[in-house]
Amino acid sequence: MFDKIPLAWLQLTREKIRLVVAVAGITFADTLMFMQLGFQDALFDSSTRMHQNLNGDLVLISPKSEALIAMQTFSWRRLYQTLAVPGVESVNPLYMGLIGWKNPETKRDRQILVVGFDPKQSVFTMPEVEASIPKIKLPDVVIFDRSARPEFGPVAPQIEAGKTVTTEVGGRRVYVKGLFSLGASFAADGNIITSDLNFLRIFNRRKKGEIDAGIIYLKPGADREKVLADIKALLPDDVKVLTREGFIEFEKTYWRESTAIGFIFGLGVAMGFIVGIVIVYQIIYTDVADHLSEYATLKAMGYKNAYFYLVVFQEAFLLAILGYLPGVPIVMVLYNLTKNATMLPVAMTASRALTVLILTIVMCFISGSIAVRKLQEADPADIF
Amino acid sequence: MKMQPVINVKNLSHYYGKGDLKKQVLFGVSLEIYSGEIVLMTGPSGSGKTTLLTLVGALRSGQEGSLKVLGKEMCGAREDDMVDVRRHIGYIFQAHNLLKSLTAIQNVQMALELHDYSKQERREKAAQMLTAVGLANRMDYYPENLSGGQKQRVAIARALVSSPKIVLADEPTAALDSKSGQEVVEIMRKLAKDFGCTILLVTHDDRILHVADRIVHMEDGRLSADKTHQKVPVSTVPQSRPIIS
Repeated sequence: MFDKIPLAWLQLTREKIRLVVAVAGITFADTLMFMQLGFQDALFDSSTRMHQNLNGDLVLISPKSEALIAMQTFSWRRLYQTLAVPGVESVNPLYMGLIGWKNPETKRDRQILVVGFDPKQSVFTMPEVEASIPKIKLPDVVIFDRSARPEFGPVAPQIEAGKTVTTEVGGRRVYVKGLFSLGASFAADGNIITSDLNFLRIFNRRKKGEIDAGIIYLKPGADREKVLADIKALLPDDVKVLTREGFIEFEKTYWRESTAIGFIFGLGVAMGFIVGIVIVYQIIYTDVADHLSEYATLKAMGYKNAYFYLVVFQEAFLLAILGYLPGVPIVMVLYNLTKNATMLPVAMTASRALTVLILTIVMCFISGSIAVRKLQEADPADIF
Repeated sequence: MKMQPVINVKNLSHYYGKGDLKKQVLFGVSLEIYSGEIVLMTGPSGSGKTTLLTLVGALRSGQEGSLKVLGKEMCGAREDDMVDVRRHIGYIFQAHNLLKSLTAIQNVQMALELHDYSKQERREKAAQMLTAVGLANRMDYYPENLSGGQKQRVAIARALVSSPKIVLADEPTAALDSKSGQEVVEIMRKLAKDFGCTILLVTHDDRILHVADRIVHMEDGRLSADKTHQKVPVSTVPQSRPIIS
């Protein structure tokens, strides 16, 4: 078959301008799908960045909690009860809340996520947080997320210059004396970390005994699954115990299923897909229509229908590949622009590249199978 | 010696349309054409010439009567059998119908890809045939860069390259000036004699009638011998007489 004249290729490349338009159309559709999938993955990634940087083994939350931004408090007695379970070494309560941060320069308020924990130990894996523990033990001292959106003000450069930034959080004067990197998410544009006591100073209506999450540390060599089962058996149903991975999955499930966001991005991908189908269909249909008399001639010479189906699907496949290839570098540039503009972790992954490649091929084949119907009009009896 | 006709049409009738709109275009046409004959078919537009040509070429399935091409019955034939017969027929059209995206030699090679030749053989045979029609220096030209006569010669090369037993031509000279028209039919006649194939040619063009072994005339769907051209040298093939329906 490979030593035959490559009719599909020759027909596609003969009409240079049409080919460029077709390839541009497919590249556009691919870019659309890549961006939507990239945003969606970035959303899931960014919304679980906090979870991914927790260093505990198990996490205790209220069963009424839905996500990091919709946490329900529960009594910390439940957390300390788990200390009775064999294998549990220590626990640390976690307080979280969104509250207004005053931009030290423009004095405008913007919601920021505040996290507080008992500074006897860090609940985060970031070394910078570890190093800042002595600072946040001081009253009204917080550390600031340098990857937060710029609307919070030029805090990071001043800290890096050795200065202290003073501003108001929830109407209370605080001193920023350190930095860490976590990044903006769809839920929060920025984060600050402090001690449990400072947290309660900022959120002065919250009670000390009511926590948003509890981090449980196990003794070295303890069987995590067994401890998990033991805690479940010990505690009543007013709390839920999860592994760290379970906690990440819990957050993703919320964004995927309980918000319109997953649907919106899914719809975005579907739109790119449909735009692609329409463009490729137009191109292949026009191509078949233009060559109808030639196909009829070939039929008169004794070519079978299968040959023309093959030509159409070869064209579809070639268009898919030709449209996909320029899409990848273009999207990588766009991802970079998006990353710099939004602080969202958008980047090309091999699995997404493969997903879009497969979607593109399927898209072109769907267009091809709609356009082949036009072939039936190639009637060799009409050409004399 | 009794020869089998290559094309044997007996009492063939054909209709277009259905129900009240049904219109008969061929009325009991009979015609026998033997191997090596060049038969010209003349007649006014709408007389059914092209219909007969498409039926003989297995491009349309026969309805009534009998139509044997290369010994195979084409009336009520299945699509697969029709495709099989088409592979032994070379077609030359009024419009050259070359593939625009292919060069001259690629166009000729397309006719060979249906047969068992190696890539090398296909290329050589196509080059030989283009040389035979006088286009040795135009092999890698696209049709848009060839003149009308050159395109028609490529079409002839394409029709003849696979050594078909039958060549069907519909007004091959209609779009050509007198000189190229003469050249084209001369090439057809010479190649047909060299390769021993049978030619059925539909034409309005009086200037090319001299190539015919025999001329038949179609009028209102009925076939008759063309009385005005009885002087034309009758072929050497036995039994080459027109059959009047």
